[in-house]
Amino acid sequence: MEKSKSAYSVPTKKGKIDTHIFVVWVDNEAGVLARVVGLFSGRGYNIESLAVAEVDQKKNLSRVTIVTTGSPEVIEQIALQLKKLVPVHKVANFKREDKKVIFKEMALLKIVTNPNKIKKALNTCRKYNPVILDHTKKSAVIQITALRREIDKVIKNLKPFGLVSASRTGAVAMTRGAEIFN
Amino acid sequence: MGNLYTGAEIVFKCLEDQKVEHIFGYPGGAVLPIYDELKNHPSIKHILVRHEQGAGHAAEGYARSTGKPGVVLVTSGPGATNVVTALTDAYMDSVPLVCISGQVPTHLIGTDAFQECDTTGITRPCTKHNWLVKDINDLQRIMHEAFEVATTGRPGPVLVDIPKDIQFAKAKYSKHKKEKKLNGKVLNKFSQKEIDQLVDLMKKASKPVFYTGGGVINSGPKASELLRELVALTGFPITSTLQGLGAYPGDDNQFLGMLGMHGTYEANNAMHDCDLLINIGARFDDRITGKIDEFSPKSKKVHIDIDPSSINKIVKVDLSIVGDVCDVIGSTTKTLKKKNLNLEKSNKQKISKWWQQIQKWRTKQSLNFINSDKIIKPQHAVQRLYELTKNQDTYITTEVGQHQMWAAQHYKFNKPNRWMTSGGLGTMGYGLPAAIGVQVANPKKLVIDIAGEASILMTMQEISTAVQYNLPVKIFILNNQYMGMVRQWQELLHEKNYSESYSEALPDFVKLAEAYGCVGIRAENPDELDEKIEEMINIDRPVIFDCHVDQAENCFPMIPSGKPHNQMLLGPKDQKENKITGKGKALV
Repeated sequence: MEKSKSAYSVPTKKGKIDTHIFVVWVDNEAGVLARVVGLFSGRGYNIESLAVAEVDQKKNLSRVTIVTTGSPEVIEQIALQLKKLVPVHKVANFKREDKKVIFKEMALLKIVTNPNKIKKALNTCRKYNPVILDHTKKSAVIQITALRREIDKVIKNLKPFGLVSASRTGAVAMTRGAEIFN
Repeated sequence: MGNLYTGAEIVFKCLEDQKVEHIFGYPGGAVLPIYDELKNHPSIKHILVRHEQGAGHAAEGYARSTGKPGVVLVTSGPGATNVVTALTDAYMDSVPLVCISGQVPTHLIGTDAFQECDTTGITRPCTKHNWLVKDINDLQRIMHEAFEVATTGRPGPVLVDIPKDIQFAKAKYSKHKKEKKLNGKVLNKFSQKEIDQLVDLMKKASKPVFYTGGGVINSGPKASELLRELVALTGFPITSTLQGLGAYPGDDNQFLGMLGMHGTYEANNAMHDCDLLINIGARFDDRITGKIDEFSPKSKKVHIDIDPSSINKIVKVDLSIVGDVCDVIGSTTKTLKKKNLNLEKSNKQKISKWWQQIQKWRTKQSLNFINSDKIIKPQHAVQRLYELTKNQDTYITTEVGQHQMWAAQHYKFNKPNRWMTSGGLGTMGYGLPAAIGVQVANPKKLVIDIAGEASILMTMQEISTAVQYNLPVKIFILNNQYMGMVRQWQELLHEKNYSESYSEALPDFVKLAEAYGCVGIRAENPDELDEKIEEMINIDRPVIFDCHVDQAENCFPMIPSGKPHNQMLLGPKDQKENKITGKGKALV
């Protein structure tokens, strides 16, 4: 039998991994994003996407939206650890499957091809609120807003139609109906 | 228009308003304006250390022996990076520290200036919060906020980084008023319903155990008093973590001793077999729990802690009470009394069987060792030190390793704030500077650093600080010429391959003491031990005591890796029959 050479315990089985979206209200001050992101990297949590911008100039508040994955225990820890940060005011946390919440990502897609294929490309995007931001004979820049996996799909489908560059944001979230985050 | 003050003056005005009496520090280019101002503030005494890490640990010792925040003052660059170990140590062990660091002038930040480093970046993960002061008008607010953050909720270190131009710049200062609670970070909102649930669980339990930790100490001396009352009222057994020692009297019959990797047989078995586990201010650290899957499998678990993120982090509990330990224990006792539940009497029948079982475990006498009349056994040395110092109010600090565990096992603490050891981070070199901090805070008391010869060499330079301020700390070195704990693991787990754990060319500690201007004493055999310890105690100067102990001694009992609480190694004899097996070889 092999001897244990560890001063530490062996890892135990983990719970089911879910995707969660955290919305965090923070003071918009120097280093605040580093605190939030450093908490994730320091404790070994995962960040799938990140979106951050000031939402209230008067109160100097920024809203950070983080998509992450983890077991229920890890998700609970993330929420509790975030709440401990001094510049954090409020933390909300949703499962990706949560029907009461809208999640959206935006992508800017550049197509360089012939007019015919540009048309086809636009057609491919039609379900995802396409906006043409720039159009020449040889190219187009299309903006779409959709879910992450939908954008993944569009990008895959646009490859044959001359997609040369894709720029994407992280997800942002908002509750449906009159309800607000608490 | 009010008076204008320089940044340096504002720093001291804040320190005065916070009633700071001592700061530990080391000057340098980027903090010179603050050092220049020092002379105008006679109520604040500066202790000059020999290395910034020493300043940090000294401030920790100061804080842990008094309950007040420790204050550190260092320069930019290397000054700040040297204090990082101490900040991390304080973060792990929840010690309130306020570290003020100088920074290069604002216009040079980001230019790789001389002695520049990204101090707030480097210390972000090892502080509760930190600030870079970019505007002199923010300085006062930030300084007071720093003290607030360090001392409220679960205490911890904070850092304020002040560029040199801000130290010169001028602003108004208004007398500090205690502000409203910070941003909802102070959590003490448990309900009576939770207390009732706890009392109900206590009533039903037949194999209960209290498992208490450093949170009780951090909650103040009142918490320790209330804990004693609660334990007496319930008649339950109590065990403590390394950091919680002293909250409950170490020589009391209801005390099972320390639990965990080097805890007693009775404490660990009680944890394993109990049906109600009440965690008060401890955090289910991995040195405590052993194998998580088999941790206390039959118990209902209650967790009382001020930090909500400690709850369910490692062990899922049945009842959590988030609040200040002192208030929670107080409410519990009150409720017990109101309901006229003297569990000690009413439950006696029920838990008497439990106590019988515990007595059986106790007969193993797991802290026993085979003493010798030829060579000093380290456990014997600690026991003699205890016996010869227990009649006075003694403060003990330690370094990290075997000696630390022997000190925890064999020195019995009866009061809180008397035991300062690096538990979470396990910082070798902690004990000497910590002892200096303790002695500064408690000038007339006996302060002993129980040390190992390897650890002490890491911060040896601080003996010079002790000599400078005539701080009569006693450095009691259990000298076995090995990094003892490393050697022990190598013996038990790495086929006695003592890779790099033997210290060749150790200094002559007696001569070293003399070179530093303090007193050196050496003890080499058991016959002279008592006499030499007495001699040490009676010298009112710093002493280095070089106690030559058995090189081969191991620290038992021990929970081997990958094992639960009820499978302990008890000693050299037991070890042969109970080989360490299982997976986990690849882990650290």
